[in-house]
Amino acid sequence: MSFYRALLHLYPAFYRAEYGGELVRTFEARSRRAGGGAGRAALWLRELVDLPRSAFLVHLDVLRQDLAFALRALRRSPGFAVTAILVAALGIGANTAVFSLTDQVLLRPLPFPEPERLVQLWEVEENSCCNEVSPPNYRDWKERSHSFTALSAWHSRDANLVGAGQPFRLRGIAVGADLLPLVGVHPLRGRLFSAADERPGAPGTLVIAHGTWQRVFGGDPDVLGRTVRLDDEAYTIIGVLPPDFAFPSPRAEFWAPIRLSEDDGNDRDNNFFKVVGRLAPGVSLAAATTEMEAIGAQLEREYRDTNDQTSVAVQPLHTVNRQSRLLLAALVGASLCVLVIACINLATLLLTRALARRKELAVRAAMGAGRERVTRQLLTEALMLTLLGGGLGIAFAAALGPLLAHLVPNDMPIVARGSLDARLVGFALLVTVFTGIAFGVVPALRASGRRLEGLRERGPLGGARSAMRSLLVTAQVAGCLVLLVACGLLLRALLRVQAVDPGFRGAGVLAVQTPLPPQRYDTTAKRVAFYSRVLAETRALPGVEAAGYVTWLPLEMGGGIRPVEVPGAVVASVAHRPLASLRFVSPGYFDTMGIPLRSGRDVDSGDAFTARKVAVVSEEFVREHFPDGKPLERTFKFAGEDRTIVGVVGEVRVRGLERQSEPQVYLPYGQAVDGDIYYAPHELVLRTSRDPHSQLPAVRTIVRRADAEVPIGAAREVSDVVWNQTASRRTQVWLLGAYAGLALLLAGIGIHGLLSLAVSQRLGELGLRLAIGAGRREILKLALAHGLRVAAVGAGVGLVLAYAAARSLAGALAGVEPGDGITFVIAVGAAVLMTISGTLMPALRVLRVDAARVLMSS
Amino acid sequence: MSTRRPSAAEVAALLPLPPANFHILVALAGDELHGYAILQDVALRTGGTVQLGAGTLYRAIHRMLESGLVVESSERPDPALDDERRRYYRITPLGSAVVRAEAARLAALVGLARAKGLAPEGV
Repeated sequence: MSFYRALLHLYPAFYRAEYGGELVRTFEARSRRAGGGAGRAALWLRELVDLPRSAFLVHLDVLRQDLAFALRALRRSPGFAVTAILVAALGIGANTAVFSLTDQVLLRPLPFPEPERLVQLWEVEENSCCNEVSPPNYRDWKERSHSFTALSAWHSRDANLVGAGQPFRLRGIAVGADLLPLVGVHPLRGRLFSAADERPGAPGTLVIAHGTWQRVFGGDPDVLGRTVRLDDEAYTIIGVLPPDFAFPSPRAEFWAPIRLSEDDGNDRDNNFFKVVGRLAPGVSLAAATTEMEAIGAQLEREYRDTNDQTSVAVQPLHTVNRQSRLLLAALVGASLCVLVIACINLATLLLTRALARRKELAVRAAMGAGRERVTRQLLTEALMLTLLGGGLGIAFAAALGPLLAHLVPNDMPIVARGSLDARLVGFALLVTVFTGIAFGVVPALRASGRRLEGLRERGPLGGARSAMRSLLVTAQVAGCLVLLVACGLLLRALLRVQAVDPGFRGAGVLAVQTPLPPQRYDTTAKRVAFYSRVLAETRALPGVEAAGYVTWLPLEMGGGIRPVEVPGAVVASVAHRPLASLRFVSPGYFDTMGIPLRSGRDVDSGDAFTARKVAVVSEEFVREHFPDGKPLERTFKFAGEDRTIVGVVGEVRVRGLERQSEPQVYLPYGQAVDGDIYYAPHELVLRTSRDPHSQLPAVRTIVRRADAEVPIGAAREVSDVVWNQTASRRTQVWLLGAYAGLALLLAGIGIHGLLSLAVSQRLGELGLRLAIGAGRREILKLALAHGLRVAAVGAGVGLVLAYAAARSLAGALAGVEPGDGITFVIAVGAAVLMTISGTLMPALRVLRVDAARVLMSS
Repeated sequence: MSTRRPSAAEVAALLPLPPANFHILVALAGDELHGYAILQDVALRTGGTVQLGAGTLYRAIHRMLESGLVVESSERPDPALDDERRRYYRITPLGSAVVRAEAARLAALVGLARAKGLAPEGV
């Protein structure tokens, strides 16, 4: 019997109170009738099914009633409903959106089988980690290691593709034959590479990305077996990879087996392999690291002149760079701030409403609904509001998705997605239910319990309640301040980076890639002929003021670094050799880019291969190597030759606006050696008085006339290249700014709500004060002072938190101090302003209080 | 509880009746019963084929109380049991109208089946 009584707890309490006794008596009577063991067992069996089932149905009945009631109640106060739903939607949407980003970048495993076993290996030189690996070192690692089921390598290998209509410039990856199986991809069509494909002299084979198949080959179903030319060599397409495959990054457009020249294959100083491995079962990252470090030490002993102080590092393949990690942390922090503020707002709204409805609720309670039913009713209402808000929040997140997808770092082997999925919706639901319960239950309990009983009590409210209110206001002010400071600091950092002079003027300059197929343009003379013809025709175009060729654009390509030998200079060790970036340029390049010529002359067409080898150097190069300031006609050894300085130009931020760059050395392209294709100029730049992109068709025609098989690669305005440098910073500031604005708005509403609540609760007291002769001005002052005091406490707490947040953001601040005074002053100002405007309306209500009416109603 | 005749629309809104509610209303037709007596009556009249669970019974009663099909009449001792006070339920005019309408609805259904030879004659 006691078990049966226990079962009755499945019913809601009001129901149990109503029917519990009857149920027990009915059961007793039945079991008396049931007689012996078998009858009794049958009865128990039936009741064990029937009772839980009916209890569940009773709960459903109640829910249905509560929902209908809640809907009616909300329809009666649409302003409240809309506000609450919007507040919930903003909080939930902001968090869901950021979760989608965090999930893609950090939480979700890489989309490969057993991704936790995938690692990348690097050379560590003199404790500076993460250099690429030289081919011979890689070969030795592969032969000597036992920690991996497979070890493979890749390097980028962009190429001109001819044979599919117009010529294309494609981003390619040269891979070891075992790389794609190691990662774990299965071809959508055809096959992957076999060992035979990478043997020297084997016919060229090619695997293409799904996007390439669609874009270049128009989705041709017979693409397998098609032969195309990559940089003038024949390749047969043997496979197409699935659309969601992105290794090493979504930018890869084709994969071909690694082919190395004799020199590249044996040079331990030429680091350009990226090495990927799959840990053998049972081998930890630490164990693999230990083994690889031992192998590194062996190689150091065996090849002293090249591998001095060279070790090995093993990292998980799923590594997120520091910048992205910081950005994510900032966004997660910001969205949590917004959520906390939104939750406080919801709690305030619900509490205010519960108090406003206390008469109605008291009536319901008096009519026998009981405290449980009223609580349950309020909770249903709260959950319904947050669920509606959650639905809207998911819509917000979906709208933000494509924007956030831009923040997925594009050097990771994942395809960024801006769409919703089950995980996101699940997360949003979790946040919603958390919000609804945490901030619906408390007001519901308080309103239905203590508050209801204390309805008749009037006058000043207890200290605990007003302390709670102050705490909530403090939290809102503090949360806002943290966001404002973080956003302000990042904005200052952005402005600082944008103000950096790149060393050239990119506005009105069009850059067009015209990569030459290396086989056909195997001598400098052939390339010079092409460049000269294209440049002459380009300069003749109407509106074109200057044109030139350069190896790579600054900012886009930071590498191409060579050691510098100045006669008489003493160098401590190989690792301390001075370095400079090498670019081959045509006459007119400096003029086109607006790089100022400080002294001497530009390269000119007389600087032929047979003539004296000359160089134009940057100011920093002069400062470093010729401190006497007289560099002209002096010589230094660079890129295998003695070069005489004939000109000095302004310094350029080759490596980027936020990075230290090596000094620059520019060589006339006519003096490049035949085989040095790597440094051959790729970029045609032209300064025009018209819209730069409007010149593109004419340039295209010129290039096609010069050689119909040379593709036009990327075409962009050089000022955009500079602008893109700050793209992720701008998105970051934009997003954080949006969140800070949201927090400010929500906190303003919340503080307004909380203080309105306080005023309405103290109406009686205020009325009394007015009646006994207190001045309205005095009371207003009192109310405002209270608001400001709380704001001050909030600002104090917020400042401490904000400084801590700023310190953790230091790495992303581009040199702006985490304690930057201006930012803090402005942020505090905004927070105080927000608090005052939130305080003002409730305080003004005090002035309109009609003392007589208030006193009469109590 | 008003004694006015329930409107057709009021009745129609409550149809069809769940089988348990039908049985309970039939049991209450003409007699005031407490819960256990209702269960006994239903079992008796159906030859033991319908054995309502107590949970089902009281949920049905709760819902029918809310929609006005039955009312609680009074609390008095159960004559079968010594001095145990039980709650008695009575059918309302709306309840009678609804159970009648439900019976008619079921009869019409049976008539349809019978026309096709799918139901025994005379039942």
